[in-house]
Amino acid sequence: MTYLALFWAFFKVGAFSFGGGYAMIPLIEKEIIDIHHWLPMQEFLDVIAISQMTPGPIAINSATFVGYKVAGFWGSVMATLGVTAPSFLIILILALLILRYRHLPLLDAFFKGVRPAVIALIIQAAYSVGRNSFSGVKDFAVAFVVFAGLYLLEINPIVIIALSAVIGIMIY
Amino acid sequence: MNRKLSPKELLLMFWAFFKIGAFTLGGGFAMIPLMKVEMVDRQKWIKEEEFLDIIAVTQSAPGAVAINSSIYIGFKLSGFLGSVVATLGTVLPSFLIILFVALFYSDMKSNTYVKKAFYGIYPAIVVLILAAAVNLWKAAFKDKTGIAIAVLSLAALIVFDVHPILVILLSGFAGVFLNKNARQGGGRE
Repeated sequence: MTYLALFWAFFKVGAFSFGGGYAMIPLIEKEIIDIHHWLPMQEFLDVIAISQMTPGPIAINSATFVGYKVAGFWGSVMATLGVTAPSFLIILILALLILRYRHLPLLDAFFKGVRPAVIALIIQAAYSVGRNSFSGVKDFAVAFVVFAGLYLLEINPIVIIALSAVIGIMIY
Repeated sequence: MNRKLSPKELLLMFWAFFKIGAFTLGGGFAMIPLMKVEMVDRQKWIKEEEFLDIIAVTQSAPGAVAINSSIYIGFKLSGFLGSVVATLGTVLPSFLIILFVALFYSDMKSNTYVKKAFYGIYPAIVVLILAAAVNLWKAAFKDKTGIAIAVLSLAALIVFDVHPILVILLSGFAGVFLNKNARQGGGRE
């Protein structure tokens, strides 16, 4: 029964969190702490902190982690399936419609209007990460090295992220 | 509508998404530069314009943006099977790493090396995300109204804290409205 409850709890999280990762945290908290009392608060906060520090979407990380803590390996499988299932239903329907009707002038004009707004969204994402991560000379030095690596040496972003972690360990 | 990939191409796609899942650190939008390089520049599976459209759609739907875009791109490339393979690719690194942490290494939070690594990773991510915005610039701006929409959207998002979904919808409607004017009147203000 715990497996089903895990699946359903994370299904709801997946279905009602608009805007990705951080928007999910209050929903997860409600399911895990308030409704099911699966974890004590301190452990929940640790799970969220570690989910942010490990690669991948926070939603997936926290679902896997909570699922494992509550019901072991299969618990983590069920929670992860639960949080992904709503995306599958919704995105498959949207993709089907958009790929079929994208030649329509109305939809075309809509997306032409949307694209500049997406650039704004991306810049805002950089702004919200940058606001809290530039406080000293070292931060700007890392940014400058990354900029040079990206544009002069054309290093792949994946390699850049790995290198920046190593640089961080060395200089901070 | 969508061609079917060969098993070898499916494996290639799985690996591309696996890499993206394994190196997305510091929140969903950090995935955009990685995805752009893999999907648009290297494999040429999607065009820049469509990449922007996919971000808009996946950001407006509930769920994690990384998962949503894996499902969308996978479906576009190879139907339902493609969407399952792409999503498995994105999810698997998270799943394995979290299980590893849960089993062997629960005090990662207080580890100083992890903290220091993130001090380096965050400024890098900022540069990577900004670079992605610059790279996609040309695909987004076809005329002057585009720049107006971008400036207004940015002000709405950062200054007035408007929800991204509302910004996406409003800019889409602006696109429809301005485009119609352009076609019927032969010019726009």
